[in-house]
Amino acid sequence: MSGITAERAAPEAPPTREDTYLTAETGLASWLLSTDHKRIALLYMAGLTLFFFVGAAGAAAVRLELFTPEANILTADAYNRAFTLHGTIMVWFFLVPSIPVTLGNFLVPLMIGARDLAFPRLNLISWYVFMAAGALAIWSLVAGGVDTGWTFYTPLSTAFANGHVLTAAAAVFVAGFSTIATAVNFIATVHLLRAPGLTWFRLPLFVWAIYATSLVMVLATPVLSMVLLLVFAERAFGIPIFDPARGGDPLLFQHLFWFYSHPAVYIMILPAFGVMSEIITCFARRQIFGYTFMVYAIVWIAVVGFLVWGHHMFVSGQSTFANLAFSFLSFVVAVPSAIKVFNWTATLYRGQIVFDAPMIYALGFIGLFTIGGLTGLFLASIPVDVHVTDTYFVVAHFHYIMVGGAVSAFYGGLSFWWPKITGRLYPEGWARFAAVTMFFGFGFTFFPMFIMGFLGMPRRYQVYPPEFQVWHVLSSAGAVILAVAYLLPMGYLAWSLFRGRRADPNPWGATGLEWQTSSPPPKENFRTLPVVEEGPYLYHPEHAGPPALEREPHRPQGSQQ
Amino acid sequence: MNRGVSLWPPAASEYATAVDAIFIGLLVVSGAILLLVAMLLLVFCTRYRRGSSAPRGDLPEFIRRDVEIGWTAAALFLALFIFWWAASVQIHAGTPPPGALEIHVDAKQWMWKTRHPNGAREINALHVPRGEAVRLVMTSQDVIHSFFVPAFRLKQDVLPGRFTETWFRATQPGEYHLLCAEFCGTDHARMRGAVTVMEPEEYTRWAAAQPMELDLAAEGSALFTSLGCSGCHAAASSVHAPSLAGIYGRVIHLSDGRTVRADSAYIRDSILQPKRDVVAGYAPIMPTFAGLLDEGELQRLLAYIESLRAAERR
Repeated sequence: MSGITAERAAPEAPPTREDTYLTAETGLASWLLSTDHKRIALLYMAGLTLFFFVGAAGAAAVRLELFTPEANILTADAYNRAFTLHGTIMVWFFLVPSIPVTLGNFLVPLMIGARDLAFPRLNLISWYVFMAAGALAIWSLVAGGVDTGWTFYTPLSTAFANGHVLTAAAAVFVAGFSTIATAVNFIATVHLLRAPGLTWFRLPLFVWAIYATSLVMVLATPVLSMVLLLVFAERAFGIPIFDPARGGDPLLFQHLFWFYSHPAVYIMILPAFGVMSEIITCFARRQIFGYTFMVYAIVWIAVVGFLVWGHHMFVSGQSTFANLAFSFLSFVVAVPSAIKVFNWTATLYRGQIVFDAPMIYALGFIGLFTIGGLTGLFLASIPVDVHVTDTYFVVAHFHYIMVGGAVSAFYGGLSFWWPKITGRLYPEGWARFAAVTMFFGFGFTFFPMFIMGFLGMPRRYQVYPPEFQVWHVLSSAGAVILAVAYLLPMGYLAWSLFRGRRADPNPWGATGLEWQTSSPPPKENFRTLPVVEEGPYLYHPEHAGPPALEREPHRPQGSQQ
Repeated sequence: MNRGVSLWPPAASEYATAVDAIFIGLLVVSGAILLLVAMLLLVFCTRYRRGSSAPRGDLPEFIRRDVEIGWTAAALFLALFIFWWAASVQIHAGTPPPGALEIHVDAKQWMWKTRHPNGAREINALHVPRGEAVRLVMTSQDVIHSFFVPAFRLKQDVLPGRFTETWFRATQPGEYHLLCAEFCGTDHARMRGAVTVMEPEEYTRWAAAQPMELDLAAEGSALFTSLGCSGCHAAASSVHAPSLAGIYGRVIHLSDGRTVRADSAYIRDSILQPKRDVVAGYAPIMPTFAGLLDEGELQRLLAYIESLRAAERR
């Protein structure tokens, strides 16, 4: 495990300053009115960091309160508002946009050899729409909060809740437009702007993942917008849609909500899959095992993911036949995830593995995602789900996927592409420490939740029977470690902006097109547009393994001519 | 409700044993897969770390393809096997046996009200006999709640405006948690109670000692007359309306050619929206009772109509 960043630092001669996208123009307006996808990615990153802290504050309040079985620091309503805030902000203002709008925005044009996204101004507008929606969400919180849970179940949300449900629903509704605009932009970009020679089956898996995610976003988000409008109509104007006393159907809401919100899980995890494939191949110095299977697995997940929403409703009063059908489809959608885990593992076989921070994040991802995926099998089995649904078992399961999986991948990807984005190397030792801490901190926080959920601890409980306290204390203690692991990278990454060593264009010896331009890239991405001759991940010659002691004989996917 | 640290919840119903068997099976399968992935990661990461002397080289293409197809198929078969196992348990446990003790559950923000066949009422408590099948007929007065007894591995959402049902057969005497599992507002976390499983003879004694009221069906019968239902639906009535004797649970034909089972949901809808599913051969002349009845009255009427089935059978 030798540190290899030393050999990757560029000689200290600073490149000519006006070359990069960071310095091409200056002044606040040059950022706020920029249509450069790289600058917009950084604008998004600033917004997401803000929302991450707001959502984390909600989580901190919840974990602090749950330290004892009695109510200590929050009233019942304040507790309900805290977890609603945590869920709403984290899902719609952090996890759903996270990887696509930052890494995706920055990298998709670079990876396909384009100068920008297909609709640069639409890209900027979606940032403003997103920030407006976020401001609305934060305003609903400052004005008094919402206490429906992030799921807005009717008739609680339409007739009984006292909080600012309409403002929060409006915020999520507006954020949907930003999501759809971004997704349309990615789809058009991947279809229209690929470099000469970059056929569909030469695309890096990250681009495939963002493309599939965008399709899911475009198809699922309108359903969420519609159901929120219906909630709005009933709560604000008294139009009976879900109210059973006036002929409405409260379950209709759940069907429509989960028709969006289950695919939303794949919106969060598919981009993470893409990041994993890039990192693991690079640090194993190995071609991805089963490229075409990996592509089909992404497509399979994106399609079948639309057909499993009913597994959130096994105890809702849905018919047994519907339950069985949704259970069957949920087992079917588990298979491609298994394929992906096996393929990443097999990619390591006969590699030249280097354990830099992004690789540690990636290995941690495989472990946490495997646990999250396997517990999905428990939840797809109807009799087990009847017992553990709406308990902490479910809470643990989806945090393993969306936080242990997607957020670890986000941090891993951020480390991996940090030299490209900023032109600076992050401090390797600190980063490895943070990656290891994140893995264990996550385990300490969320594994006890599986146990207490199986024991029967329901979710969204401020006060609870005392026999569950030991698990809550473990979990709250783990959350402290996890918080350190999340804050640490923010510290050393910020430090590296000023003090980090300068990175050369391709510090990891990676094959993607994004590494064939300077770090950070010029405003127009490539001085001459690249031409692609081969598929991705050519880390070793086609028919032989890499020589035992050298890392270098990789071939870039294409070159600027 | 012991205070020690335990890793397994008490299992106090027949269904709990079946669920635990699947749970253990899943634990074994996922433990094996997790171990396999962890071992492979560990072995590959040590053996193929950068600069190690292990030999490298490419695998022939056909082995790559076979391996890929192999584990795809294995994953699919495993998934289908677990589905089959879980589904067969679920189908088997789906319907309550005939003659189950019927207890009505009425949920509201933030309490559970239960009512036994002999009229005994409880709040945030439920006493049931061991070894006897108990069927719960549940409805909510406000938002969605969820009736959750971890020791029975039992959970069923309780909805406003309709009846949901579930059943169990308790096997171990004792006192167990009754929890609300669906977020229902401010005091959701305090919507809790206890389920007490007693020996059957003890239960009989307990039920007899409760303050006696008319039972549900008898109250329903009184409503049936006072609301005027009997004017048309009684057997001797001159108005053209279907007789309700023995109708509960039977398949009946509707005027538009469909057939429907006359279960709680259908009868409830027919009282509130009588023009929706009209029985074949009858004119849609019944007025709606929506807004005139509360949930408790609906439950009593339903219990009465249901009791007519038993009368018929005898």
